Amino acid sequence: MSGNSYISDPARNHRLGFIVVALVVLWPMLELAQFKPWLLLRPENIEVLGNFLIQFFPPNIDIDFLKIVLHATIETLAIATAGTTLAILIAVPLGLIISHSLSISRIGPGSNYLLSKFIRLVARFLMLFLRGIPEIVWALLLVRVFGLGPTAGVLAIGITYGGMLSKVYSEILESANTLPARALLVSGSGRLTAFLYGLLPGTAQELASYTVYRWECAIRASVVAGFVGAGGLGQLMDQSMKMLNGGEASTILVVFFILVLLADYVSLLIRKQLG
Amino acid sequence: MGYKVQNVSFNQANGTTTLRNISLSIETGECIAIIGPSGSGKTTLLNVLSTALKPATGSIEYNGNNPWLIPKSALKKIRAAIGTVHQSPPIPSQQRVITAILAGRLGQWSLLKSVISLIYPLDLLGPHACLQRLQLEDRLFERCDRLSGGQLQRVGVARVLYQAPQLLLADEPVSAMDPVLSDVVIGQLIEETTSRDATLIASLHAVDIALRWFPRIVGIKNGEIAFDLPSTEVNETMLKELYASEMGNLPMQAAIAA
Repeated sequence: MSGNSYISDPARNHRLGFIVVALVVLWPMLELAQFKPWLLLRPENIEVLGNFLIQFFPPNIDIDFLKIVLHATIETLAIATAGTTLAILIAVPLGLIISHSLSISRIGPGSNYLLSKFIRLVARFLMLFLRGIPEIVWALLLVRVFGLGPTAGVLAIGITYGGMLSKVYSEILESANTLPARALLVSGSGRLTAFLYGLLPGTAQELASYTVYRWECAIRASVVAGFVGAGGLGQLMDQSMKMLNGGEASTILVVFFILVLLADYVSLLIRKQLG
Repeated sequence: MGYKVQNVSFNQANGTTTLRNISLSIETGECIAIIGPSGSGKTTLLNVLSTALKPATGSIEYNGNNPWLIPKSALKKIRAAIGTVHQSPPIPSQQRVITAILAGRLGQWSLLKSVISLIYPLDLLGPHACLQRLQLEDRLFERCDRLSGGQLQRVGVARVLYQAPQLLLADEPVSAMDPVLSDVVIGQLIEETTSRDATLIASLHAVDIALRWFPRIVGIKNGEIAFDLPSTEVNETMLKELYASEMGNLPMQAAIAA
């Protein structure tokens, strides 16, 4: 028997075509974005980078400043957590509505098939609208309504992240093994209980880990919100950068690093608990 | 009172026809075994009977009602009275046995009761009793991915026993069990059915189990009914013709060539 000369993979041409198209699209994009990372390795550029980075050392560990940083950290954590909680409250119902896998109308009589399709469409548009507008734009908008302070930041994060979380939740739910949930629907269960008993057990880890990751992103986003006066580490960082105080800025960056590590650890704990 | 299947056909998404013009009349209280070679349409027929699949042509009737023509709330009630035992139980692997069994009554419970039971199971005696009948009571709080294939199949059966439906559909419920255990499980399914005057329709691969336990046998081949007879009238020639494609031996639980 000599190799595969008389058998051919039917997906071969399709996949090859896809790779070619991807390359053809990618190449001009790299050109357009002036993707030249090798320039970083030129000696004169390394010197410029070095001079810039030197300004960040040593980090400012003055006790008064550290007190301010601690207060700002707690503020940032509060903004991020409140924003993420609001996002979860928006995303859970939205994600469930959008998810096809719990569609009773697909395995039931067609009476309000069109109605549920319409509701799903509206929910989809809402989701797009919420996450399509960048946080900074929402923050600037909301600052005009609520004034400077954390409220604008929390709402901006809550709204955009609500849209993002609902999209990912619905996609995780749709790509999960839907047989348990469908079996429950066929035994007369409602959609919500079919989700809780059939879909949630298998998807809990992924849903939780993406939510914790979004919380970590919210911490970084609160920096952006801080630039519009929403308080926290962002505002502090903004002030330090404007005063060209590299030492203070690097302290704040170290705090960020620690917060990201913390988020990593929390995610690990939660996944262990759910697994 | 009863279930009627009239001229039902079903086509798969890829175009192949799995059921052709099937007609069956089932009285309440009957125990029927469906036998046939692999791919003959047994699972599809059971899925049509459980309202998981909508027939392409023809109709089904439950006590005179066509489930595809009634409002959703009525269909939900009908579905809560139909229990399906799947060949490979659709239970999430991280779920515990207790929760998997309690899920059988989700169609009958209120939302509040269902949500609370997810975290703190409200009924422990009921599922325990169901598992006891299947000799698996010591695994009540085990995670489902720690069970063997036969044990998981028994959890699926326990779920249907707990649901206590009017129509029990079993798709090869004992395929992963040894002969002694198969007898126990089939015996329990039949006892459950006869004690409540429910109806049992089971598809089986092992012909000897079907002939031994079930008073009525329906043979399916290539999506059509080959015969529909009391088990006493089923003879070897009919069976051989039914399984003609399975290389000459009749599939038996006891694995002895016919």
